[in-house]
Amino acid sequence: MLASGILGYSTETLERIVEGGAGAVVTKSVGLKARKGYANPTIVQTSCGLINAMGLPNPGINEFVKEIHEAKTSLNVPLIVSVYGFAAQEYAAVTKKAADAGADAVELNVSCPHVKETGSEIGQNPKILAEVVRKVKAVVERPIFVKLSPNVTDIVEIAEAAVKAGADALTAINTVKAMAIDTETAMPILNNKIGGLSGPAIKPIAVRCIYEIHEQVKVPIVGCGGVTNWRDAVEFLLAGASAVQIGTAIAIKGPSIFKAVARGIDAYLQRKGFRSVEEIVGLSHRS
Amino acid sequence: MRILGVETEGPTVKTFTFKDRGCARAKPGQFLMLWIPGVDEIPLSILDAKEDGAVSVAVKKVGEATQALHNKKTGEIIGIRGPFGNSFTLKEGKILMVGGGTGTAPLLFLAKKSASKATKLVFVIGAKTKEELLFIDKLEETCSKNNLIATTEDGSYGIKGLATTPLESLLTKEKFDMIYTCGPEQMMRKVSDLAEKHEIALEASLERLMRCAIGLCGSCVVGKYRVCRDGPVFTASQLKEAKSEFGVSKRDFSGKRIPLG
Repeated sequence: MLASGILGYSTETLERIVEGGAGAVVTKSVGLKARKGYANPTIVQTSCGLINAMGLPNPGINEFVKEIHEAKTSLNVPLIVSVYGFAAQEYAAVTKKAADAGADAVELNVSCPHVKETGSEIGQNPKILAEVVRKVKAVVERPIFVKLSPNVTDIVEIAEAAVKAGADALTAINTVKAMAIDTETAMPILNNKIGGLSGPAIKPIAVRCIYEIHEQVKVPIVGCGGVTNWRDAVEFLLAGASAVQIGTAIAIKGPSIFKAVARGIDAYLQRKGFRSVEEIVGLSHRS
Repeated sequence: MRILGVETEGPTVKTFTFKDRGCARAKPGQFLMLWIPGVDEIPLSILDAKEDGAVSVAVKKVGEATQALHNKKTGEIIGIRGPFGNSFTLKEGKILMVGGGTGTAPLLFLAKKSASKATKLVFVIGAKTKEELLFIDKLEETCSKNNLIATTEDGSYGIKGLATTPLESLLTKEKFDMIYTCGPEQMMRKVSDLAEKHEIALEASLERLMRCAIGLCGSCVVGKYRVCRDGPVFTASQLKEAKSEFGVSKRDFSGKRIPLG
């Protein structure tokens, strides 16, 4: 499925992702009010991945419900709306509106590493996170995914807190806190100075997080972070993910990466004699 | 990297030159992201790219970032990412180019590359005033004085009116094989309507708010297309697909669709 933050403003671009083979799409994170995000530079291209600090630009849920309606009418795959807030009741209010507008599920962004008082500042504290998940679960019936931050000492503790509070699934992982400094000017490049690293560099971190969470937690895990080909996706499945998200790799491989990865997984299953993806979810935990 | 040269092209436009190996290989229509340290990073069409690595961009003073850039002098440091996006397709035959304002920049680059291939090259350039007509001398050199048609809104030079004013009669009189256009979007919409009416192939270069420039963030989407990655150059049929937005609306910083100003 399409990871949050990528091309998720409009139905027409989501349609292209679905044409590219995505089995589900996650929108950009949306909050209660419109946000402009940060001034540029909002992205740094490094040799091992991208560092971004967009600053959660979004038109606000009241405007975004139009896109949700439109997307639900034209997309034939599940639509997952990513939601952020600055307090538990904000998460709940936005989730309610998204669900009412037709979202099939909601992914709580409690892991954005570059906006104060939301994102990872919530997802790094098990108590606050649990309160957010409880408040959200109290207002909607739809499945709630919690997207976890790798920028924590113990991701399992956070994962367990989220599940105990009612999370139906966990997405692991969001970007890794990172920074780039220009050597000529001796200045941080990002307008926000600090951003989140995505791409191949964080894949091994994601694999470890998925593996650790799968050992302790029973709800489905959606693997995210640095997947660029079918082998990466299979690695996520073997670590314990039941589904895989792709984002950054679209920059290089285009929207059709989803088809290529799905075909590669199918070929792998066939070659290894497995009948379904379920059979390899968490398979590396045998020993 | 260091700015190698700054030239004043008019009351609000300056050309900046620097060396960048990547962008030196750029084709007409491609753009780059220019970082003004501590201020902003902005998308700019490439005006010229030479084999020796020299790259230049024309910058109109329109806001805080471009003002900060205009204050910079030779030797000062900027950052460059790019080149990004697709480019105009070079065609043979009779070529018409329609440029408005700083939209003339990528078309001048294209004209230089097209001049040897085209059997005829006519350039229509439009601006508000005579002072704001860009690169007149260079265009005269490239496509000859007879084939350069200038328009100004105040009538201070050439034909009084918009760049689109002389088009109808020009297209009725002469059959072109290809039209390239870059400039204000309402102008390009009109040019593309005329191209359709006269059944001439067209390519237009669009501008949108940009952040990542690599096709991920979605800030620059027009219809199903990402201007940074699928464009900035679009064909007439692509523009037709995006007709509810082309020449009509853009997205603001929050991603909301707003009318084109």
